[in-house]
Amino acid sequence: MKDSVSLENLTIEDLLSIYPYSVEFFDINGLPIDDVNNTVKDYITSLPYVFLEDMGLNQEDLLKRFRAFMSRMKDIREERTFSIRDITILGGRDKNEKLEEIEVKINIGEIICIVGPTGSGKSRLLADIEWMTQRDTPTKRQILIDGSVPPRNWRFSVEHKLVAQLSQNINFVMDICVGDFIRLHAQSRMIDDIEDKTRQIIFHANELSGERFDLNTPLTSLSGGQSRALMVADTAFLSTSPIVLIDEIENAGIHRKKALELLVGQNKIVLIATHDPLLALMGNKRIVIKNGGIQKVIETTPNEKEGLLRLTEIDNALLKYREALRNGQLLDDIK
Amino acid sequence: MKFITFSGPPSSGKTSVILKAMEELKDKYFKIGVLKFDCLVTDDDKLYDAQNIDSRVGLSGSMCPDHFFVSNIDDCLNWGIRHFYDILISESAGLCNRCSPHIKGCTAVCVIDNLMGINTPKKIGPMLKMADIVVITKGDIVSQAEREIFALKIRQANPDGIILHVNGITGQGAGELAVLIENATQVETLKGKELRISMPSALCSYCLGETQIGMDKQKGNVRKMELD
Repeated sequence: MKDSVSLENLTIEDLLSIYPYSVEFFDINGLPIDDVNNTVKDYITSLPYVFLEDMGLNQEDLLKRFRAFMSRMKDIREERTFSIRDITILGGRDKNEKLEEIEVKINIGEIICIVGPTGSGKSRLLADIEWMTQRDTPTKRQILIDGSVPPRNWRFSVEHKLVAQLSQNINFVMDICVGDFIRLHAQSRMIDDIEDKTRQIIFHANELSGERFDLNTPLTSLSGGQSRALMVADTAFLSTSPIVLIDEIENAGIHRKKALELLVGQNKIVLIATHDPLLALMGNKRIVIKNGGIQKVIETTPNEKEGLLRLTEIDNALLKYREALRNGQLLDDIK
Repeated sequence: MKFITFSGPPSSGKTSVILKAMEELKDKYFKIGVLKFDCLVTDDDKLYDAQNIDSRVGLSGSMCPDHFFVSNIDDCLNWGIRHFYDILISESAGLCNRCSPHIKGCTAVCVIDNLMGINTPKKIGPMLKMADIVVITKGDIVSQAEREIFALKIRQANPDGIILHVNGITGQGAGELAVLIENATQVETLKGKELRISMPSALCSYCLGETQIGMDKQKGNVRKMELD
């Protein structure tokens, strides 16, 4: 791999053909590409002063910017999946300075629920994980990745964002169709098999949602359930983050069990902040938060797992009635 | 004294982000001062006041806001030194997208929000591209995918900066920003320091109050569009 200093000696034509994403450098800086036979360096030094002044740039800075751009994009492209095996939460102290004396290890593929009253410190725990805290937050907790202290620069690196978030009040705001949206996300990840990923995502999103939609459906016209389904599928296949944080998903128009299975199947750790027994029992463990500290960790018991079957029956019955309601049928067989 | 310039498009959440970060620093007994640069009116001084943060407001009125900024900022810094602030923050909106209040050797933050659309990082000039820290706000209302796409666009526009997500309402991420502010540049004077990029210029008859339209009224530094 050529380093970014020699990249500026390539002709623009070669640069664009070897590193197609480099076109974004010209685009985002508002630089028109005229003669592709010019080297990048010659191109930059040939830009007139008045033009650069208009754009708020200068030659020296632009060349530095080019080198930084190429090396960053190379990092992002090579670090396609930010893959980890496990995270460990080392206890700190609660709001009364009482020691947590706890060590929780969470492996890839596990579903962990976080329970506790409002204001008990659930969000703080999640923020500690996201920040990969090293005893430098008020809780004094420490987060280890694969058993060791993560590099400090991961905290601010777009490529090493540990936590992806899915929550109830999130919406799509882009005014494009589903297919273009997925492609845009895939491009931003700089992956090669874009069409394949797009098909997978739309297939799984439809599995999760009761109401079908396709690649041409405008993003903003998706129903709440369809949006949630697309977000889950897209996060499963395209998000770099190994941990997915779900902030209470309602059972409206999305198959929750399948959603969790899909995420876990793509090697994610799933954290759910929830008070819904059905969701909580789908987890392997649940972390109980009280007064700002982790009070205990409960492993889901075999008895609870059995109870989950009964809860699922009730839930399925509700789903059935919801479907019947949607199809204009009578709900006169409820016992 | 730690000195930081905060900039960002109007309504991107600059004040909320600063307030949340300052809340995190409160327990450490820092003396904090904020300078708010605006054009016509601002009520933000009341918000700072409510949190017991000293602030001063500068309204540029009929003057170019960035030229107003640069001709006042050294006095502002001296004011901060005279009042023994540990941290001094200047907050200003980049109104024409070509403006940038960032100064060489002074920590520069740009606040930008997720709702602005993916083409925004391209449209915003040096204010974003030359910032040391880019704070992205309003992440709680857009999807994960949109957040990731937006962050990458910002990374492309500013390959070297620190990119941070802060929620101006819940304060998520503000603790992390506070750490960066604590480690910001130590500045004792701005005399002789340089802007990171020159400011947009004018100096034409309209600068001097001309209101009539027409070729014979356009005097001084005038530039014409190419229409054909």
